[in-house]
Amino acid sequence: MEFTDKHVQGLKDLLYKMADDLLIIGHRNSEWTGLGPVLEEDIAFSSMAQDKVGQSLALYEILHQLGESDPDTVAFTRNAPQFHCSQLVELPIGEYDFSLVRHFFFDHADAIRFDMLATTVVEPLQMVAKKFRGEIKYHTMHADIWMKQLGESEEAKMRIQSTINEVFPYALGMFEPSEFESELQEAGIFDGEFALREKWLNKVVPLLESYGYTVPNAETIIPEFGGRKGQHTEHLQPLLDEMTEVFAIDPGADW
Amino acid sequence: MDPEIPTLSIVDLGIVTGIISETKGQAHIKLTPTFSGCPALKIMETMVHDKLIEEGYTDVKVHTSFDVQWNSNMISEKGLAALKKHGLAPPPKHDGYIELDVLSDTPCPLCDSRNTTMSTPFGPTLCRSMHYCNNCKNAFEGFKPVG
Repeated sequence: MEFTDKHVQGLKDLLYKMADDLLIIGHRNSEWTGLGPVLEEDIAFSSMAQDKVGQSLALYEILHQLGESDPDTVAFTRNAPQFHCSQLVELPIGEYDFSLVRHFFFDHADAIRFDMLATTVVEPLQMVAKKFRGEIKYHTMHADIWMKQLGESEEAKMRIQSTINEVFPYALGMFEPSEFESELQEAGIFDGEFALREKWLNKVVPLLESYGYTVPNAETIIPEFGGRKGQHTEHLQPLLDEMTEVFAIDPGADW
Repeated sequence: MDPEIPTLSIVDLGIVTGIISETKGQAHIKLTPTFSGCPALKIMETMVHDKLIEEGYTDVKVHTSFDVQWNSNMISEKGLAALKKHGLAPPPKHDGYIELDVLSDTPCPLCDSRNTTMSTPFGPTLCRSMHYCNNCKNAFEGFKPVG
């Protein structure tokens, strides 16, 4: 079908939120470089950071083909209210349990999102979605192993449980609906945030229960929305200031 | 060749997905990334470009595209042997779905023993995992299977 302006706007909105999520979680993951609780975790979070930032670049490239500015300009010259990332990804890394639980929730959502997008009618997006699926497999595998293992010790299990309770409203905030949900669905671009949320709950709830954790009831929790519309926590702008520090010294520099 | 694995050519790695050379001097090359965050990609584009110029091509274009998505089954037999020669365990063939047991079952490239343990699926580069051989007591790296 022929895309209307609304379809294109919806597609751009979708691409921006996915790319911004990946860039910001990628930056947060990279903050573990040199600080991981064990060397393997240091390397794991650094590797995942590299994947995420690489994936965000591929999505910013698609936006560029759709007429948006080039990836560097988009990534490095916007302020917090212009970012469409969920609040979940911008929160500070905290202690390891926080980063792990966020990683578990985020990567299962992204794995399902790209699985859904592997059949989108938007060809360049379909191609990268197929590529990302294989890469994300390693991320969900990593999160699952640790969530499972930490559920086997009483002290660790208590900590992870309290972090799950704390992070859950932010995790649900990932699925904040956009104003283009029906346009995206009718055009065959994306089945929408609600469908994604249902698939995600069907994945993460049984997994967490099998590891011995209790999952808060998604129907009674108020999600932390706002991020998709540019309303962010106080943590995003300082992250952007740090991320763009070198770029800002000489924005025209040739690398 | 792969800048990080000098025994392996990028053709054997399976990342050259398109060649157009219809007129004299023309060489338009399409590459696909092994991992989207691979920092060697830009270097490989430049190396391919410079090599073709050196070979006398005048109309040279090299670009990266996702229209063919790389997976580790695309490494040729020669490529798998080159990885092993470099001390990297070649990725096991797979049917598209990578599970933990595929990774854990990686033969040691040094002594061929299957009595090995995977320490972590994340290694010094995005495409490598780290393992330990219980037979010859060496740590080794594997080239990750990707679906």
